[in-house]
Amino acid sequence: MSQAVELSKICKTFGAVRANDAVDLSVEEGTVHGIIGENGAGKSTLVSILSGHYRADSGSIALFGRPVKMASSADAIANGIGMVHQHFMLVPNFTVIENLMLQLAKAPLLKASRADVRVKLKALQDAYGLAVDPDAVVQDLAVGLQQRVEIIKALIGGGRILILDEPTGVLTPDETDQMFESIKVLKRQGVTIILITHKLREIMAITDNVSVMRRGKIVAHRKTDETSREELAELMVGRTVAHVRNEAQTEGGDVRLEARGISLRDAAGVNRLSDISLALHAGEIVGVAGVAGNGQSELLAVLSGMCAPDAGTIRVGNHVVDPQSPADPRTMRQLGVAHVPEDRRREGLVLPFQMSENAVLGYLRHARGKRRWLLGRKRMIERCAALMGEFDVRPPDPHLAAVGFSGGNQQKLVLAREHGANPKVLLVGQPTRGVDIGAIEFIHRQLLELRNKGCAILLVSVELDEILALSDRVIAMNAGRIVGEVSGSDADRQTVGLMMAGVSGSLPAGTERLAS
Amino acid sequence: MSRTALPRWVDLGLIPVLNLMMALVVAGIVVAIIGENPWRALRVMIDGAFVYPGSLGYTLYYTTNFVFTGLAVAVAFQARLFNIGGEGQAALGGLGAALVCLALDSVLPGLIVIPLAIMGAALFGAAWAFLPGFLQATRGSHVVITTIMFNFIGAGLLVALLTGPLIRPGQSTPQTRDFAEGATLPQIHEIARALGIDMASSPLNLSIVVAVFACIFVWVLIWRTPYGYRLRTLGESEPAARYAGVAVPKMIIVTMCISGALAGLMAINDVLGAQEKLILNFTAGYGFTGIAVALMGRSHPVGIVLASLLFGALYQGGAELSFEFNTIDREMVLVIQGLIILFSGALAYMLEAPLSRVFARQPRTA
Amino acid sequence: MEEFWLDAMQILASTLRLATPLILCAMAGMFSERAGVVDIGLEGKMLMGAFAAAAAATITGSAWIGLLAAMFAGLSLALVHGFATITHRGDQIVSGVAINILASGLTVVLGIALFSQGGQSPPLSQSERFAPIDLPFAQTLAGVPFFGPFYETALSGHNILVYVAILAVPLSAFVLFATAFGLRLRAVGEAPEAVDSAGYSVAFLRYRAVIIAGLLCGIAGAYLSTAHGGGFVREMSAGKGYIALAALIFGKWRPVPTLFACLLFGALESSAARLSNVSFPLVGEIPVDVILIAPYVLTVILLAGFFGRAIPPRALSVPYVKDR
Repeated sequence: MSQAVELSKICKTFGAVRANDAVDLSVEEGTVHGIIGENGAGKSTLVSILSGHYRADSGSIALFGRPVKMASSADAIANGIGMVHQHFMLVPNFTVIENLMLQLAKAPLLKASRADVRVKLKALQDAYGLAVDPDAVVQDLAVGLQQRVEIIKALIGGGRILILDEPTGVLTPDETDQMFESIKVLKRQGVTIILITHKLREIMAITDNVSVMRRGKIVAHRKTDETSREELAELMVGRTVAHVRNEAQTEGGDVRLEARGISLRDAAGVNRLSDISLALHAGEIVGVAGVAGNGQSELLAVLSGMCAPDAGTIRVGNHVVDPQSPADPRTMRQLGVAHVPEDRRREGLVLPFQMSENAVLGYLRHARGKRRWLLGRKRMIERCAALMGEFDVRPPDPHLAAVGFSGGNQQKLVLAREHGANPKVLLVGQPTRGVDIGAIEFIHRQLLELRNKGCAILLVSVELDEILALSDRVIAMNAGRIVGEVSGSDADRQTVGLMMAGVSGSLPAGTERLAS
Repeated sequence: MSRTALPRWVDLGLIPVLNLMMALVVAGIVVAIIGENPWRALRVMIDGAFVYPGSLGYTLYYTTNFVFTGLAVAVAFQARLFNIGGEGQAALGGLGAALVCLALDSVLPGLIVIPLAIMGAALFGAAWAFLPGFLQATRGSHVVITTIMFNFIGAGLLVALLTGPLIRPGQSTPQTRDFAEGATLPQIHEIARALGIDMASSPLNLSIVVAVFACIFVWVLIWRTPYGYRLRTLGESEPAARYAGVAVPKMIIVTMCISGALAGLMAINDVLGAQEKLILNFTAGYGFTGIAVALMGRSHPVGIVLASLLFGALYQGGAELSFEFNTIDREMVLVIQGLIILFSGALAYMLEAPLSRVFARQPRTA
Repeated sequence: MEEFWLDAMQILASTLRLATPLILCAMAGMFSERAGVVDIGLEGKMLMGAFAAAAAATITGSAWIGLLAAMFAGLSLALVHGFATITHRGDQIVSGVAINILASGLTVVLGIALFSQGGQSPPLSQSERFAPIDLPFAQTLAGVPFFGPFYETALSGHNILVYVAILAVPLSAFVLFATAFGLRLRAVGEAPEAVDSAGYSVAFLRYRAVIIAGLLCGIAGAYLSTAHGGGFVREMSAGKGYIALAALIFGKWRPVPTLFACLLFGALESSAARLSNVSFPLVGEIPVDVILIAPYVLTVILLAGFFGRAIPPRALSVPYVKDR
């Protein structure tokens, strides 16, 4: 079989980061080729070079045996490459057809192109079964349909190579299945597909071949049916991960935080949280599993006081939060609810600030000087130095700006800060996103230790393995609802996976606890 | 990354100087095109600003204006708010000071009227910034546009008042009556003469002392208080501010009020210190100059003092241009001012790339 | 009744004349802001255009060369704005402020250097100005009831730039909404990454938008000094650029509503003098100054969302940087 894509010796650096280091890749025509790797392994950069979004510093690209110059997106389109980005490249307030014309309209007047695009759209629908209302405004479409528009956009100009960058991150399980069906149809029609993902399940389910990336390099090529999840996982991280495990699961003590009937609507009036009830007990870790975007972020926002619920109550000790008396994050912190936010770079830290300033973000009471209306600089620096020592933040210099630290060290400081407040409850979002492996273990250990000291921890993560490894109880969320709960010892990938998908669900433990 | 890896002296010292030089070079080219010698023009400006008798007083008088308006812009900048309304806030500040003086200068002693008038200026300036801040915080209308609109509304209001209720009785010039002798800020040369030191007359007055205190106040406020910490957090990252529990709407409103109060204080220099009455258009674009000052001074009080001195010298030296040349006017200063805003504000990133190639710190080993 | 109608038509005519620079500048702002580039430099570009038109007309004796010079002046400042905000991703508002201040200074400095009249240009002669044009059959139709005065008094007898401004509105609407260029231009103000990934240059599109804005502001400036007025006077734009910006926001960045906002603001200005001595019920006499600030007050009220939300283009004021 001939090669649809051949990349050789592709290099790309951003500042000091070598995102792609002499990458070789060949993709057979008419196959689904997976590229797998951890976040930050360089997958997106590689396909962005292939799609003309970035220019490679060096290396060459050949398509169907012909060397090509890929200087811009226009070159890629002309060469039959279509890319579906992780973040959609659509104009939200334009109609589907207007979005397609952005690329396709060649005549000066839109009128001429409009009819032409309709015809092409119809043809595409007939060939691949990709149906969408051409006159719908994109922002009114469901996410799955918006993604379909992206796929149409990639193919309608005559694309023969389709690149999908983490396409399932925003999809429901149902939409994911539909997308996989579409991929199969496209493959039958001879379209070559490159699938970027960090999910092993997807690689095993849909690809013919797979390449593994790690730290900017391709470390292995495999035929999918000649490899295993275990092998790929090991290749991805480079060594067998010595998981920290929650061995002695606890029942939990008294209730530290109780939420009843929490609902939240967004600006568009869509329910992001519906009737959420849960209780966090002293000395337990409750893991929240779910596909990204199913309400976990909103749950953290409501419980931490960043966002007032539309209905329901939160009880912390004797303090009650409800829509009539909403709490702000300051109040919640005073009540002993600490929060390690999902997005540490935007929320958890002020990147240009020195670490000593970041060490008191949200806890200015730790920064008061002798005169109460002034900041005590010395106190801030001492506190930061102590936190850095305790959590092994490197380099241990409170005067450096947060922006210069690695993801793992940034996260350690955030965790150290929240830990240092001696919280009764700790809300944790994506504690190890973009964190190197050494730091992951450290962070996991710290969470378990905190639990052992009696803190109630709510752990939100898209990494199911993380949830399974650490939790005493696991609850699953789907479409803004809690759809199931299992104890940590009963939780495995399959049961929790089914619950996340909304296929099965049982709430015995949760209801019991709430009733008591 | 928003922050560069440039050494501090390049970032805070070299870049502003280079920006100033580029602005002066372009202005010099304009002078040359007009057919005059740029070097001579520069010479005249320097003499006019520092050398001629009394010139230093005038330079410092203008500097005082710019310190206030520069601080006003800078405080808002720290919270990533762009207050273009300094002009209107200063005008209203003048109204506030004038109303206090007009109402009380015949009943109360100067020592009481003057502090009240200063407070009146700050209060009216703050009030004129409150509404734009309030509207951004609660209704989402952008302060840039609303403060521009408020400049015009304020100017219209002042015209209406100065041609109507506040006009000096029996006069047609749109200005108030003179304030009573003791109800104005003493000028420095008067004080010096009273102490037996001979000093050329200039409008420089005790407002400059208020300006110095304003600088110290702003520095402490922004870098040494919890309020300033929250303000800077909001300026660098709104999500982080929300996470930390900063009440963002309240912060926006309070910050705009402080910014407006500082702009309003500019009025005391002219109304209480120099004119000793409220005249039309006394703000003369100083509110806009504050933008240039804040940009050049990197929104830091020390930088603002230096930039204000520069602009003070430009304004005073520029006035000299009209006397020395037939073909160059003091408006040349506006050209330089526009160019400085362009180079140190809009083109702030232009120098970064080439300079970071020259001065880049040791790259981190990955 | 007939007299009232004639009166109304006269007000309409003066409204049109006063609205002309607003319409041209507002359309300029529409191109720029629809492409995602904030333009508070309308004022400065118009002022520079006014000066260039008067200066070139004085020197060459031709109003048309003046117009070209004005467009060139507007274009030059627009390119400065583009260079700062598109090429170097500078702050668009700061750049606009710089342009306004620069124009304030340059027009006076160059004016004094050229004409030595305190920053003014010498009064322009008839040939150096755009003369009023009588539309066909204006005299013949004048007698027709209602339509006659409308045609003869309100529509006819303006200089050509008034008609250019009126035509600029449907033309702008056509370009923005019926051409592929307009589609991409609007897209670049909403989601530039979508245009980039479709293979079109965001920077080039934004440059073209900014250039169109510069040319239109130049025409507006030429109107001020060589059509409406008889020469350049310092600061003659007198805040009209900001009123145009207000009109653009008031019209929610759409051509026809923006036109009506310009006409409304023009009408306020033209009626200010007439209304100054009129006593209104409840409020009594309204000072001229209060009527003159009405556009600004109305815009603030609109922006505060009290009559319908004005939603700006999504990518307005955001420099385009490829992710990372």
